[in-house]
Amino acid sequence: MIELWNSLPEVIRILLKIVVILAPLMGLVAYYTLAERKIIGYMQIRIGPNRVGPRGLLQPIADAVKLMFKEIILPTRADKTLFIIAPLLTLAPALAAWAVFPFDENLVLADINAGLLYILALTSLGVYGVIIAGWASNSKYALLGALRSGAQIVAYEIAMGFALVGVLVAAGSLNLGDIVRAQSGNVFTWFWLPLLPLFLIYFISGLAETNRAPFDVAEGESEIVAGFHVEYSGMTFAVFFLGEYANMILISALSATLFLGGWLSPLPAAWVEGVFPLDSGFHWLLLKTFFFMFLFLWFRATFPRYRYDQIMRLGWKVFIPITIVWILVVGLAVVYKLPPWWSA
Amino acid sequence: MLQTMRDYLRSLLLLELFQGLGVTGRYLFKTKFTVQYPEEKAPLSPRFRGLHALRRYENGEERCIACKLCEATCPALAITIEAEPRADGSRRTTRYDIDLFKCIFCGFCEESCPVDSIVETSCYEYCFEQRGEHIMTKERLLAIGDQYEAEIAAARAADAPYR
Repeated sequence: MIELWNSLPEVIRILLKIVVILAPLMGLVAYYTLAERKIIGYMQIRIGPNRVGPRGLLQPIADAVKLMFKEIILPTRADKTLFIIAPLLTLAPALAAWAVFPFDENLVLADINAGLLYILALTSLGVYGVIIAGWASNSKYALLGALRSGAQIVAYEIAMGFALVGVLVAAGSLNLGDIVRAQSGNVFTWFWLPLLPLFLIYFISGLAETNRAPFDVAEGESEIVAGFHVEYSGMTFAVFFLGEYANMILISALSATLFLGGWLSPLPAAWVEGVFPLDSGFHWLLLKTFFFMFLFLWFRATFPRYRYDQIMRLGWKVFIPITIVWILVVGLAVVYKLPPWWSA
Repeated sequence: MLQTMRDYLRSLLLLELFQGLGVTGRYLFKTKFTVQYPEEKAPLSPRFRGLHALRRYENGEERCIACKLCEATCPALAITIEAEPRADGSRRTTRYDIDLFKCIFCGFCEESCPVDSIVETSCYEYCFEQRGEHIMTKERLLAIGDQYEAEIAAARAADAPYR
């Protein structure tokens, strides 16, 4: 097996690795949509989709087939090239970011040292898809949605960046694998505790970055119909949808990696060495990611949409000052080797 | 001043947001109200006002005496009646049409009827496939009455003490 693997050309090996990462990710996206409908339904005392397949389990497949066979409508005065490119621009960065993501001690596609910068760059790129979609549609609602989204992402990018700076200071590395290793110990040595304000701000900014409720003014279906993607239908719409959910999964996985110790087990390594379900491993990462993915849905079922000026106020006047203050605190804690996190 | 500080701290700690999450979190585990419609049906009151029907007496004679009270009381002008004396001299309708597109299912026709002829049944699962089918003619109304007579009689009997 290993000889066969090594005999393959480098390009093929990388492509195969990409498939191994992306195929389950796409499956997860599909079933995340079902989970969203089910969980929000349950929170509203209904039971959600249950007609397609046993307990509605084939619903995502039915949805995908429906969207594939729908017509892609190009608005007459739209910029055709940009109109088609825009959805791809939202999906591609959400998928590309997984390249540097460490799934386990040794499971990572590209173990690069600027991993965190790469992730920050790619998650920021997603907004271009939204802005271009809004502009290319040549529609008032779409343009309004795109403008809102642009302003929102600029505001929250800064807070998110500062939160990541806190992580960077705490871990002393930009490599995601090293960031996880810097958290090793037990559940209390993970970064969520010393970086608690940054952790909360990172996740809330993540909600804003992915245009999810309660920060979904870019979509704002009750005010501007569907915002930037009003004019999209069929597969182009489906790609937007995939991009949004892939982004949500990415933000969840990143929160789990940066603040909840990625693949690390919450129990001290000395206790659980070699005991399968408790030992560190991919399954812990999966569990933590699912927790954040559930939070996305829980928030959507709970909170009403923020007013636009409230979003701006929260981003500029609350999150940025808090992150700056907390970076200072973290810096001092690192310099003076505050135990138990930086005693070593 | 102290109040402002307290409010500021409360909003900063997201207390109200956590409270909201608690509410939805509790509802996640509550018993669901959904009625699985074609398999399950919600209970109906005997006063339910659904599709109309014209009833007959037990000997098969139609009850309607063409008094036109229903036509007069109908607020939506959905009922059209034409009448003539029958061969045996009794007054009967020759035409009794209810336009279901006009009908608002208020039940006034049933209230006004002196012989309990026009009634509203508990049937609510019907559809029109062809143009013009929304006009319920006398024949169709009588047929519905014949079909659901047992149900109609039971519903009237159940509701009788309250009328």
